[in-house]
Amino acid sequence: MLAQQLVLGLLIGGLYGLAAAGLSLVFGVMKVLDVAHGELIMLGGYAAFWAVAIFGLDPFGSLALVIPLSLLFGVVLYLVLFSFVVRADEETRVKNSLLIGFGLALAFHALAVRLWTADERSIVTPYGGSVILVGDLAIPVVRLLSLLVAFLLIGGLHLLLARWRWGKAIRATAEDWQAALLTGIDVRRAYLLAFALGTGLAGAAGTLVSVGYSISPSIGLEWTLKALIVVVLAGLGSMLGTFVGGLVLGVAEAASAAAFGGPYREVVGLVIFVVVLIARPRGLFGR
Amino acid sequence: MTERRWALGILLALGALAFLPLSRARDDVLNFVFLILLSITLAQSWNIVAGYAGQVNLGHAAFFGLGALLARVLWIRGTPIVVAMLAGAALATAFALLIGAPAFRLRGAYFAIGTLALGEILRTTVNNVLPEISTLPAATIAGYQLRHRYYLALALAAVSVVAVTVLAGSRAGLGMQAIREDEEAAEASGVGALRLKLTALALSTALAGLAGGLFAYYHISYYPSHPFGPHWTFDALLMTFIGGVGTLQGPVLGAILYVVLKEYLAVRWVDFHLLIFGALFIAIVLLLPGGLVQAAERARGLVGRRGRRPL
Repeated sequence: MLAQQLVLGLLIGGLYGLAAAGLSLVFGVMKVLDVAHGELIMLGGYAAFWAVAIFGLDPFGSLALVIPLSLLFGVVLYLVLFSFVVRADEETRVKNSLLIGFGLALAFHALAVRLWTADERSIVTPYGGSVILVGDLAIPVVRLLSLLVAFLLIGGLHLLLARWRWGKAIRATAEDWQAALLTGIDVRRAYLLAFALGTGLAGAAGTLVSVGYSISPSIGLEWTLKALIVVVLAGLGSMLGTFVGGLVLGVAEAASAAAFGGPYREVVGLVIFVVVLIARPRGLFGR
Repeated sequence: MTERRWALGILLALGALAFLPLSRARDDVLNFVFLILLSITLAQSWNIVAGYAGQVNLGHAAFFGLGALLARVLWIRGTPIVVAMLAGAALATAFALLIGAPAFRLRGAYFAIGTLALGEILRTTVNNVLPEISTLPAATIAGYQLRHRYYLALALAAVSVVAVTVLAGSRAGLGMQAIREDEEAAEASGVGALRLKLTALALSTALAGLAGGLFAYYHISYYPSHPFGPHWTFDALLMTFIGGVGTLQGPVLGAILYVVLKEYLAVRWVDFHLLIFGALFIAIVLLLPGGLVQAAERARGLVGRRGRRPL
């Protein structure tokens, strides 16, 4: 029973990692803390839901549609809003981004309720109910696939940041934007790319959430907090570290749910968060 | 001392509102003004810690909720409401002081997300422990007097305005503003930053706790976790920013405008008003960080030195 819980925790942990990767990228590069990240995940979830409902796509196939859409949405959001935020000095920037994120979260939530009602939805697939039996453990196929996709996406991002010309520019900007500027990097473009990638990851995470779990307009804050917890656990700078941080959170939640009862799984995650935040403001794995 | 003048004006206006129930005003008018008064207190309480001391507390609802929780329980069991509200405020402040010292190790954004998480911890826990709706006993409902709630709200709004006026002109208040502008520089010039930040938090959460108690006294039934919801924090933020963060009159003007607009929009577009408020809030943060107060100053052509950015 406990082992089963832990396995399920590990599976959702991959999504926590994916949700956090986008936030971590944006925060690390732009020094902008977008607390509407969970709402971006929520919107991505709805995009996938409708892609499946209208075009009859396979839910995992819908990623091919949702990710480009999310990237585009990220570009628009950056140009319309966050390009103004990054003009301020770092302290004002992070405060303003928090406030704007708060406003954005409210607006997206209201918009989603208006457009799609407050009902919970999830994507139903023909293979949704199938499980793989390993001994006594039942592993839901969909969630296993989700974990795999999350891992592939994070691995892809890691390679992108390590090899791609602009990936290096993004990392340089994260390290020290002034130095990056001096070496001729177009910092604004690096910001734009980082934000678009972050939104794209949020869209992908939303898709996976709506396949293996469920979405509703109000899931945003919950996912923002999960992502924040993971970012704080893992620190900034390493996407693979973020993924591991997500797995750790998923397992920790499952273990605590087994120990204290299901309703407290959220609380335990948040308590870990506050404690780590205060004890190690740079994260457990951070530099 | 324009602050004193504003304080006087606001208090006179509140004094005038004391005659409203005597004029046999309809209940919906009293309810509407009550909402404005409660909002003034809530916004002003957030303004103390965020506007004056510069610490963006995104878990403000937790203190509102704690005040509501204890006041409700004590009051239903027969404690006089004022005593129950004071007890609720004491609980909120005690909790604030308990978490304050560790939380203030966090600077800027980390303080904000730390408090956001704390608020959610309390909300989830209360939701787990007390999942049942809290309804007043039938006898209390039968004897429900809107007037009592109204006068209590009036008194509380006046208290919050006086508290901020006194604070703004005091040595402690000036120290808080110095911390807001530059914490290191303030410390270097002899301001005890931690002590003052804790003072600001204590004062802010005491007022929020009292406002929570008023909420508990006013509503006939609600879920105990409802006042812990993040939208209360957002309301306080929005009202303060609309009016002008870090000023005395800002939250008052913001609260009036917010409640009026909200009622108006809610009638016309039902749930669409939140979308409009979200957009309005973003526009204010980006374009007019000083809110209405700054807009008025600009309009008067008095920008110059006073066009500061409080956050």
